[in-house]
Parts: sequence; C-alpha cells; structure tokens
Amino acid sequence: MRVEKHPILNDLGEQKKVTFYYNGRPMEAIEGEPIAAALMNAGIRVFRTTAKRHEPRGIFCAIGRCTDCMMIVDGIPNTRTCVTMVKEGMRVEKQEGLASLNSRQEEEKK
Amino acid sequence: MKVLTADVAIIGAGSAGLSAAYQAASAGADVLVIDENKRPGGQLFKQIHKFFGSREHQAGTRGYIIGEQLLQKVQESGARVMLDSLVYGLLPDKSMGVISDGVNYSVKAKKIIIAAGAKENYMAFPGSTLPGVMGAGAAQTMINVNRVLPGKRVLMVGSGNVGLIVSYQLMQAGADVVGIVEGAPKIGGYGVHAGKIRRAGVPIYVGHTIKRVFGKEEVEGVEIAALDEHWNMIPGTEQTFDVDTVCLAVGLNPMTELVWMVGCQFDFIPQFGGHVPLHDANMETTVEGVYVAGDVTGVEEASSAMEEGNMAGVAAAEALGYLTTEEAAQKKAQIRQRLNTLRSGVFGEGRRKNKEKQIADMEIYRQQNGKESGSHE
Repeated sequence: MRVEKHPILNDLGEQKKVTFYYNGRPMEAIEGEPIAAALMNAGIRVFRTTAKRHEPRGIFCAIGRCTDCMMIVDGIPNTRTCVTMVKEGMRVEKQEGLASLNSRQEEEKK
Repeated sequence: MKVLTADVAIIGAGSAGLSAAYQAASAGADVLVIDENKRPGGQLFKQIHKFFGSREHQAGTRGYIIGEQLLQKVQESGARVMLDSLVYGLLPDKSMGVISDGVNYSVKAKKIIIAAGAKENYMAFPGSTLPGVMGAGAAQTMINVNRVLPGKRVLMVGSGNVGLIVSYQLMQAGADVVGIVEGAPKIGGYGVHAGKIRRAGVPIYVGHTIKRVFGKEEVEGVEIAALDEHWNMIPGTEQTFDVDTVCLAVGLNPMTELVWMVGCQFDFIPQFGGHVPLHDANMETTVEGVYVAGDVTGVEEASSAMEEGNMAGVAAAEALGYLTTEEAAQKKAQIRQRLNTLRSGVFGEGRRKNKEKQIADMEIYRQQNGKESGSHE
C-alpha cells in the first residue's frame, strides 16, 4: 500500500510508472524504486524459500545485508531485490532454494 | 584493472563519509567517495524527525533536510562521489578493490577514511524468520523513502529512540501500531519521543518480551509475555495481538568488515554494538593513514557521525599538508567541543566514557608498539 498523503513529507503525487512481471504477472512500479518496495506495495511478502527446510523469507533489512529478499531477476538468481531497482519489462520470480544458474543460461538462450 | 587515484578515499557516503569529504575537499585535497548504494546520504534521507542537540547541530531541523544541505556542500567542495560501487577489499598496504557496473577498479589513495556505518541487530524467537518480521530501519526506509507501508498493524520490539521514532513514523504513514515491547523495566529512548507515542494512545509494555510470532507463510499474530527480574518469561502473562508486521529495534552493530581486513586493532564495547576499532582523537586507527568515522567506530547517532567525519576529514587534510597545524587545531577544537556537547547529559555521558576508553586504549597500543603517540594533539 502506498503512503500517498503524509503530514511531514510532500504528498506522493504523480510518479512515472513502469511495468514489470512477477512470476509472469504484470505489475506496476514507480520508476527507480527497489523491486522489494514494488512487491511490498502489491502485498507480496514471500520472496523466496530456504534451500533445506523450504521456509518462506521476505524483506528483513532493506539495505542489502541480510539476503532474505533474494529473487531471480531477469534470470539471475540470488539478486537482492531491496537494492536492485525496477526496470521496465523486468522479470522477477520467486526463488525456491538457491535456484540454479541454469535459469540464467536459459535466459541467455532466449 | 583500471586504477583510480586520490589524496583521500572515503568508503561510505552517509553522514560521516560526506562530512569527511566536505572537510578534506574544501581544504584542497582530491577526494573520492565510494558508496555501494545508488543514492548518497546513507540513512539521513529516511530521518524525517527533527534532530536534537544545540543550534550548531541543527537541532530542530529534520534529518533529510540536513542530508540535502550536506550533499550540496559536498558537491560544491569538488569531491567526487562514485555510487553503485562496492569496496570488496582493503589490504594492509591500503590497496583497495572496487567493483562498479561490472568493472574492476584498484583505488590508490594516500589516506583512507572508512565510514561504513552499521546494520540492525537480529533477535531470534519462534517465528522470527517469517516474512513480516523486519528491522525497524527497514520499515522506516520503506515508509519514508520508498513510500510503501510494510503492514497495517504493527508491533514494535524495543523502546530505544529507533523503536520510538519509527513507531511514530509508521503512524504518520498510516499504520496502526498496537504496542511497543521493551525487555528492560523502563523505556530506553528520550522522554519526548516516548511522550508522543503515549499521547497517540500506543501502550508501551516495559518488562515484556516477544514469545513467538505465528503464521503459516507470513506474520499473522504475535504473543508477548512479561519478564521476571532474571529476564525469564512469566507463565500465564501471555497476551496475543493480531498483527501483520513485527519490527525489531534491538540495536545496531558496526559494519567493520573492511576495518578488520585492513588489519586494525579493536576494542569490545557492548554499548557501541560490539567490536569497534581503536582510534585516536584524530580518528586515525592503528593502521597509519587509515581513519574511521561514524557508526563503524561505535553506534551513536547521525549528529556525532557527522562530527567524527568532520574530524577525520580535517585530520587527513592536515596530514597531507592541505591545512597548517594551526588551521587544523582550530577546526579540531571546535569539532571536539561539539562532540563533547553531544556526548553529555543523561543519555550522552555513557557514550563519552566509552569513547574515552577507546581513545585511551589506542594510546596504550601505540606506547606498547613503540609508535609515536597522539602526533597532532
């Protein structure tokens, strides 16, 4: 959910939007915002599962330290979505375990 | 590998690093600031509350305004700022490896200032890894910088200034804060922040801790319990809250990886977040020509980080001959006076004593290792 109105900061107002794809589903983001923020705005909180116990993980630190928010971005696994900015047409996928570098190779074949 | 040279290379473009850059560059040094983030300013741009201290510390000015002013000064000073660039290594001969946009750089600098900041502490309890449990700083970044609410109903753990301020800012952003849990028998942060929280009707549960967070895929609720004098949970005192988010404001710890790597000696000061590098009054470490400033030297707050950055920048410029001993002494005396003001009073006294210990231990180290002590003081 967006913080549109704010008592201290200016109202959010009109922002330039881009479209990205989450598990193939088109989604709107504000240009230049981190992928994690755009997903959080859409109510998506589970970003990946752990390799051994398949437990869900989401945003924890939001400064690129904890690696809880890693996803597959344009075929590249283990991308920290809190410090990677959304781009028009970007493909973002939930990551199961460590993911495979094959996902990148498949990407490059396209 | 491309080579970049500078008089002073500064790691981190936050409160401390930018202040150091401004001081060194305006004295005439060729300064290169390197930061892994896409935007400069560190954590200043998420601080939307008014800062404390005296007029010299811009008390009453909101953090992000201070950030904009500082950035403006740095731009005018001529310092170069290299963003989206990660310092991945720093060796005892001060050679530095940087990767930026897939290109590897070797940075050769006469002086290095490490201003890497701090990261939030984690706290383990059943359910603590569920999505929806996050650092208070993470929530603050989301609401104030990215303008996204992390949840509708939030429980905050920790009543230090971060816990109090972020709780209030979550409410300003439209979230419902159901309560603040504090393990200690009293509130940790400033009374003025706690007062704002209480006037807003948010209960602060002192002497309580989080027992567990429940939920299948993400946070669905939380259970808290009272603590006895030995910090054990008292059975039968459990209360549950219907929340979708739990924020942890349980302290920070310095990001010292590069400081260790370059070979600095450390102290262990729990109140500063753990291991902190020894440094002298000029912020120089046990590795000659390597300085530290800000939270990486011990977690305090943005105002003291800026002053430590000023100190390191002035000292590095002096050591390189860009400031005379007299010019530097005058600047350093002013900075030291402002630092002493920040480290005074009920909340600052402990930090002042810890800082004195850190600097005294540096002196002892130099004496034991036959180094000239306190060369500029």
